[in-house]
Amino acid sequence: MPKSRPLLRGVSIIGVGMSKFGAFPEKNSRDLFVEAFKDMTGSVDKGLDPAVIESFYLGNFSSDLFEHQGHTAPLLLDAVGLTPIPATRVENACASGATALRQGVMAIASGLYDVVLVGGAEKMTDLPTADVTDTLATAADVPFEISAGFTFPGFYAAMATAYMAKFGMKPEHLMNVAIKNHDNGALNPNAQFGTTIQKWMEGRIASAIKKGKPAPNWTSIWDFLHDGYANPIVAWPLRLFDCSPITDGASALLLVAEERAREFTDIPIHIIGSAQASDTALHNRLDLTSLPAAKLASSQAYGMAGISASDVRIAEVHDCFTIAEVIASEDIGFFAPGEGFKAAEDGMTARLGGKPINTSGGLKSKGHPVGASGVAQVFELWKQMRNEAGERQVPGDVPLAMTHNVGATGSTCVVHIFERRE
Amino acid sequence: MIETTTIRPFTAASFNQYLAEGKLMAARCADCGKLSLPPRAICSKCHGVNLVWTETSGKGKLAGFTVVYIAPTFMIEQGYGRDKPYVSGIVELDEGVKISARILGVDATQPDSIGIGTRLEVGFIEAGEGDKKKSYLAFKTRQE
Repeated sequence: MPKSRPLLRGVSIIGVGMSKFGAFPEKNSRDLFVEAFKDMTGSVDKGLDPAVIESFYLGNFSSDLFEHQGHTAPLLLDAVGLTPIPATRVENACASGATALRQGVMAIASGLYDVVLVGGAEKMTDLPTADVTDTLATAADVPFEISAGFTFPGFYAAMATAYMAKFGMKPEHLMNVAIKNHDNGALNPNAQFGTTIQKWMEGRIASAIKKGKPAPNWTSIWDFLHDGYANPIVAWPLRLFDCSPITDGASALLLVAEERAREFTDIPIHIIGSAQASDTALHNRLDLTSLPAAKLASSQAYGMAGISASDVRIAEVHDCFTIAEVIASEDIGFFAPGEGFKAAEDGMTARLGGKPINTSGGLKSKGHPVGASGVAQVFELWKQMRNEAGERQVPGDVPLAMTHNVGATGSTCVVHIFERRE
Repeated sequence: MIETTTIRPFTAASFNQYLAEGKLMAARCADCGKLSLPPRAICSKCHGVNLVWTETSGKGKLAGFTVVYIAPTFMIEQGYGRDKPYVSGIVELDEGVKISARILGVDATQPDSIGIGTRLEVGFIEAGEGDKKKSYLAFKTRQE
């Protein structure tokens, strides 16, 4: 078991940025990263001369297959005019972003650099859906899992069936997660699907009437979510609204050595916990209702930070599917095993609940450009912790927050803990 | 259980070769006894390298499953998809190891009727033509 050692020196975030998430036929990952970088530069309170940046880590899953473009890190760095500093692409499937962040943390903590740029980018919508499915499937164990016909929704669906059998959850319970994340995403101007499910349903009814078609007789969003045409099954028990979308987007963070943070802002956000764990393929695990790598990374990050789950005010977790958020809420210790779906039903994880999860809308509503997601999670926490989240700001102070970013079915999990000090 | 030592390397290619011969083979560590499925060349428990091929019982139960409606390309090519969904699952063998496989003999159109813990036994699916012909691992429901 690896030891949880402290960082050799503190690391702070002094700027964040992201592109809008969505489908942008005219933009590639480079164009999107330029938008995120400019947004980040503008967020530095005391201004930023980009020439002070010493190294770059990029989270990107598969520009090779999505865009037929490899060697992405120097290209993106060049687009923001920062060559010849080192540029390194990090690939850990959907956890590429948080893994890149962790490289940046380690690079500063080691003393090698004082100022590091961390980015995430993915351009996914150029490919037809079947090709996106195939590309995402490369994150699994291809010869032993994909040959069985599994897709990514399929893996998480299998976890859901195991969870349902063990804890008595029904597929309907998962819809609470989708409804909540769309409620949050509706308040996020960067979200791909920034609309509530209620508004979505009303839009579908209005559109049918406009086209002279019979109006669907949904009396509530529950009717809508149970309608096999409006919310078709993707991989039972998961339906369309249980799945995060296919997204284009990019994100950026600027990390500095803690002793230099005040040069850039009076309100830095400090990274006080950083942990990462790996795991075998899903079928090799004893239990399908939890991700051991997430539990391990969480406990190590808490240990490094010297805090526990009860101290954390909000979390951005990896809700690639609704069941993933339920399991994540248990793996990070917010709720006991088997209690996560009840917490979602009771509103505990809502923006105004006791333990808000995914105030950004999460991957579900904000969108999931895979390499960018882990970095964009930090964007949200920065905004919330600095009381800059606008309409979706959680009430009260947010002194401690965390991110949980998963690759594949939990073969990678990266957890970070953030602190605002007065 | 039949223990067989052969010179086949512990690779996906060997595993698939065995599947084509109608055998679901695992690797057993000769040092600590841990059984690995899929097979591996280095034991994950004791890190020993003395493994032997072992034929599994082929009997087990369903640990988790899904009915896939949005299929990957190679399954679409076999005629599956929205109009013809199929079941994939994770099977726990009586030996305690698990493996991903297609699940046969259950009603894909009635997922509520498919129970975790359903008893299964190994079967094999041949699909594709010519060079693309391949044996896939499957499990089918089993009457005790």
